[in-house]
Amino acid sequence: MTPFTSHRGIAAPLLRDNIDTDTIIPSREMRTVSRSGLADGLFAPWRYTDADARAPRPDFVLNQAHYESASILLTGLNFGCGSSREHAVWAMMEWGIKVVIAPSFATIFRNNAMRNGLLTIELESDRIEWLANWVSTDPRVNQLAVDLEACTILSEAGREKDGFQIDPMARLMLIDGLDEIGLTEQSLKLIEDFEHRDQSRRPWVYLNDSH
Amino acid sequence: MTLFDKLWQEHEVVALSERQSLLYVDRIFLHERTGSVALNGLLENGRAVRRQQHAFCTMDHIVDTRPGRNDDTLMPSGRDFIVATRSAARETGIQLFDIQDPDQGIVHVISPELGIALPGLSLICPDSHTCTLGGLGALAWGVGSTEAEHALATSTLRVTRPQTMRVRFVGKMAKHVTAKDLILYTIRSLSASGGAGYAIEFAGPAILALPVESRLTLCNMATELSAFTGLIAPDEQVIDYCRGRQFAPKGSAWEAAIRHWQTLQSDADALFDSELQIDIDSLKPQLTWGTSPQHCIDWDGEIPRAGEAPDEATAVAWQQAQAYMGVTAGHRLSDYPLDAAFIGSCTNSRLSDLREVADYLTQTGHRVAQGVKALCVPGSGGVKRAAEAEGIDAIFRQAGFEWREPGCSMCFFAGGESLGEGVRVASTTNRNFQGRQGLGVRTHLGSPASVAASACAGHLLADMTS
Repeated sequence: MTPFTSHRGIAAPLLRDNIDTDTIIPSREMRTVSRSGLADGLFAPWRYTDADARAPRPDFVLNQAHYESASILLTGLNFGCGSSREHAVWAMMEWGIKVVIAPSFATIFRNNAMRNGLLTIELESDRIEWLANWVSTDPRVNQLAVDLEACTILSEAGREKDGFQIDPMARLMLIDGLDEIGLTEQSLKLIEDFEHRDQSRRPWVYLNDSH
Repeated sequence: MTLFDKLWQEHEVVALSERQSLLYVDRIFLHERTGSVALNGLLENGRAVRRQQHAFCTMDHIVDTRPGRNDDTLMPSGRDFIVATRSAARETGIQLFDIQDPDQGIVHVISPELGIALPGLSLICPDSHTCTLGGLGALAWGVGSTEAEHALATSTLRVTRPQTMRVRFVGKMAKHVTAKDLILYTIRSLSASGGAGYAIEFAGPAILALPVESRLTLCNMATELSAFTGLIAPDEQVIDYCRGRQFAPKGSAWEAAIRHWQTLQSDADALFDSELQIDIDSLKPQLTWGTSPQHCIDWDGEIPRAGEAPDEATAVAWQQAQAYMGVTAGHRLSDYPLDAAFIGSCTNSRLSDLREVADYLTQTGHRVAQGVKALCVPGSGGVKRAAEAEGIDAIFRQAGFEWREPGCSMCFFAGGESLGEGVRVASTTNRNFQGRQGLGVRTHLGSPASVAASACAGHLLADMTS
């Protein structure tokens, strides 16, 4: 996984609550057994007037010229609710999103994001509205600078600073770009010890080849 | 200690930090859409499934449900998922319930049916509705494909501990009110994000009275509250349900398991981070009008007006949802003619759901209204066979329903099948998101009985007395 330490970029406001993963990437857009080829289907229900012809809907934020190279998304509460499809994270990252800022995230989405190096930041909704107002006055100039080491978001050319909190383990995973499976494999002995204890406690859990 | 605390403690391999632990995963279930990605990832990284006997896979999300099906689907690339999953399952040595397997079906229908999910087990699946199995008292939750890969490789997951909530249902459900209405009403009360960060235990006298399949329906939609999971303490009913199932323990192992399961309940003095009580004496059948499961009203209620919204953002969301759904504030759902009805999904495709509809059809003698396309997709091969043995398929067919092969089907236009733009469908599924059942499809969620009554009336309705 690519390490994430800091990022500066254009922020696009999409201030709706409960944006679900079916909207982020509809089932019909998940065409291959792969983590790629998904950017085209990102937000397809809102992005196109005709999904087949890919005719862009001009009023959708990511279709507007100012935001076409946006890399930060400002959005509403419970972002990423619904289906567990990790394709939502892969589609966003492939399109170019690196940071999502919302008052809250659905748990599975947040977990998926962290494991792919997409930073999710929880911020109070009035601050998100303030940032959305500020960036939208001149999106290409009014960029946000996110620093994961310092846990800050800088705006207003550094005059405004929003601090954020993030799970220390998630922060470490992102900054070091750790392979979580590789990390856990180092605890193999602990897992084997657990199984040894557990097999005498809950023997029925351990299925063997007789099934 | 709460039931959740006990399950957490029982599965904790090691605490990684104050809030995060490495939890042991007893069972992993995959399906061909997200599981195929997990298996491929595992193989590409040169890893193996650590405990093959604890991992299973089914074909449900993409597979066609029309009679006479094979690997082909309406979606041109659907076959690729099916073929890739079959090949990866073979290569990794895990058991696959393939298309022609008599036990094939929707993952959350077959895992309890086969005794793969059991009380107290930890079970994960790259699917958000894995919380269904909390209905048996399992610690079951949905993950992404990468986490599933982690579980396959290590038999564990790194999990951030959620807080605990208890929702107690008091009172008695009226006739024609079902577990589906109970959970829709709970989402309506708590909101679609009201369970965020919580493992929710459903409790109270009304829960004890619920049959096991209804408990699965109730816990299935905990994810629509954005909860980590939902769960119900296992009781004698659950033990009876599990007895003799294919993968359930036998003999002395069964006796030991029962003794253990009987300890799986919240202690009398257990402290929850949040507690809520819901009185269900006057609960009516619930139907959704909008594009979130929280957009829910009594079947005979009025569609809410933006002016009544608690805040501006909600008012805007209501207006957007009403525009998409083609409904008007102040109107009733019975004002809208129906184009289709769907009975199926991991929420409501079990034998008791199909019986509920068959009873309604038999007692009223009603048939599906002209112009309404009505589908029934049993949740598994087992459900389908049992229903056919009781003659339920004939009742459905005679009333005008199509009778399909098991799978997720129209819950999210699996395999590329859809109803068409602007089509209004009454559905026993779990999500009414914009476009969930196909581009422009307008979904109204309700119980199997409500959907059947609506299909026969030709408009949305949940008054089973008429």
